[in-house]
Amino acid sequence: MEIEVTVNGVAYRRDTEPRRLLVDFIRTELGLTGTHIGCDTTSCGACTVLFDGVPVKSCTMFAVQADGHELTTVEGLRRNGELSPVQAAFKEHHGLQCGFCTPGMMLVATALLSSNPDPTEEEVRWALSGNICRCTGYTNIVEAIRSAAATMHETAGVES
Amino acid sequence: MYPPAFEYAAPESVEEALDRLAEVGDEGRILAGGQSLIPMMKLRLAAPAHLIDINEIAELAYIREVNGHLAIGALTRHADVVRSEVVAGGCATMASAAPWVADPLVRNRGTVCGSVAHCDPEGDWNSVMLAVGAEVVARSKQGERVIPISEFVVDFFTNSLRPGEMVTELRVPRDDDRSGGAYLKLERKIGDYATVGVAAHLRLDEQGRIARAGLALTSVGPINLKVTEAEEMMVGQEPGDELFAEAAQIAARTCEPTSDVRGPAEYKRSVVAAYTRRAFGRALAGARGET
Ligand SMILES: Cc1cc2nc3c(=O)[nH]c(=O)nc-3n(C[C@H](O)[C@H](O)[C@H](O)COP(=O)(O)OP(=O)(O)OC[C@H]3O[C@@H](n4cnc5c(N)ncnc54)[C@H](O)[C@@H]3O)c2cc1C
Ligand code: FES
Ligand code: FES
Repeated sequence: MEIEVTVNGVAYRRDTEPRRLLVDFIRTELGLTGTHIGCDTTSCGACTVLFDGVPVKSCTMFAVQADGHELTTVEGLRRNGELSPVQAAFKEHHGLQCGFCTPGMMLVATALLSSNPDPTEEEVRWALSGNICRCTGYTNIVEAIRSAAATMHETAGVES
Repeated sequence: MYPPAFEYAAPESVEEALDRLAEVGDEGRILAGGQSLIPMMKLRLAAPAHLIDINEIAELAYIREVNGHLAIGALTRHADVVRSEVVAGGCATMASAAPWVADPLVRNRGTVCGSVAHCDPEGDWNSVMLAVGAEVVARSKQGERVIPISEFVVDFFTNSLRPGEMVTELRVPRDDDRSGGAYLKLERKIGDYATVGVAAHLRLDEQGRIARAGLALTSVGPINLKVTEAEEMMVGQEPGDELFAEAAQIAARTCEPTSDVRGPAEYKRSVVAAYTRRAFGRALAGARGET
């Protein structure tokens, strides 16, 4: 089946078998290997991508379902060649150790901050509760996200 | 893990989906949120030859208030329910269950109607629907049927849809100002299915006695169990902890838990009793406008 998908702002037209999983399409067909496969059983969130802006597990969708839709993967978070506020905050607050869960965490955080620019700690933890991290104990991830929210506020303040 | 090959169609209207469903017959399955079906296909527990994806049918994505009930379209996702003010103000039992279904990512995709159709005894929604007395709207090329939820959920992973039918809507009675409800769920961690789930619903009459009681249980039987004996026993009675304790005894006696990784059967039975009592306590507070 021929599908057309926009990934990180770039339109791709590809022929794909219906049973091909979206995560595999992204990794092998498009070569965007920042989207990870952790459990392959819909449990860990390492494969999270934004589907029309909404975080979903790409191991539990077919690529054909993305036809006509827009995806954002971790490779699409950079803004004008620079780290996004969420990426910069993860770096600064040491919000990762091995990094395997990190793309999913940052995408969920990005979606959260776009709908709720000033989340409480509880709201951040709740939003992350579908993403598993086996290294950090989550504390630094939560700190990074709250700090990204603060930075985004400041920047917005300067601009206006 | 890869599912076996299948033919795929993504119709953009219900009519088109029903045509397709009629064409492919028994070999076809509806793909809604895919959060149960795709994992099952990957494990090769399901191998439909045709998938009819309803995710492009925008007309099925709605939550509306119509003639005393809430209408939930087949493309309404769990996350839509979490955010819905119509549900928050119109069905306390649904509103309290929604944030505990799966995890936030699964809730962004999975649908309420898909969960109801799936009839997994560990699914939360069918207990809620049994407790509040919802109806399922099924459509085929031959027309429409409205099926009471207690006749829709027939067995372990088995609903009463006929070939060629799909669920298009759920109809949930709207709480009036003398109704209240709650869903209590014990889970080991977020994203896990219930160790035990209890859905309770109450409507009081003008004297403050019980006019209607609804009680259903998750994960403690081969299907979501509606505890009819307790429901009937409560009607006409004065609500209160004593009565709720009696209902809890009936629920604990009626349920059929098994020992597994989530705990021994006897433990689950005690949780059923404790949660039944507590859930009715919350339902009563809601019905009396105390929340
Ligand atoms: C990690 C994880 C945790 C979960 N935790 C929970 C939980 O705690 N509680 C809970 O209740 N559920 C849980 N679920 C299941 C989740 O709620 C699913 O979304 C739900 O069971 C199925 O809904 P769906 O829209 O994804 O349906 P699908 O997976 O698309 O379909 C499921 C079945 O229903 C049929 N179907 C779907 N829609 C229709 C329709 N409109 N008409 C006719 N047939 C239809 C399909 O053909 C299929 O047989 C979990 C899932 C995962 C992956
Ligand atoms: S790989 Fe998709 S949820 Fe784990
Ligand atoms: S940093 Fe290793 S899994 Fe999260």
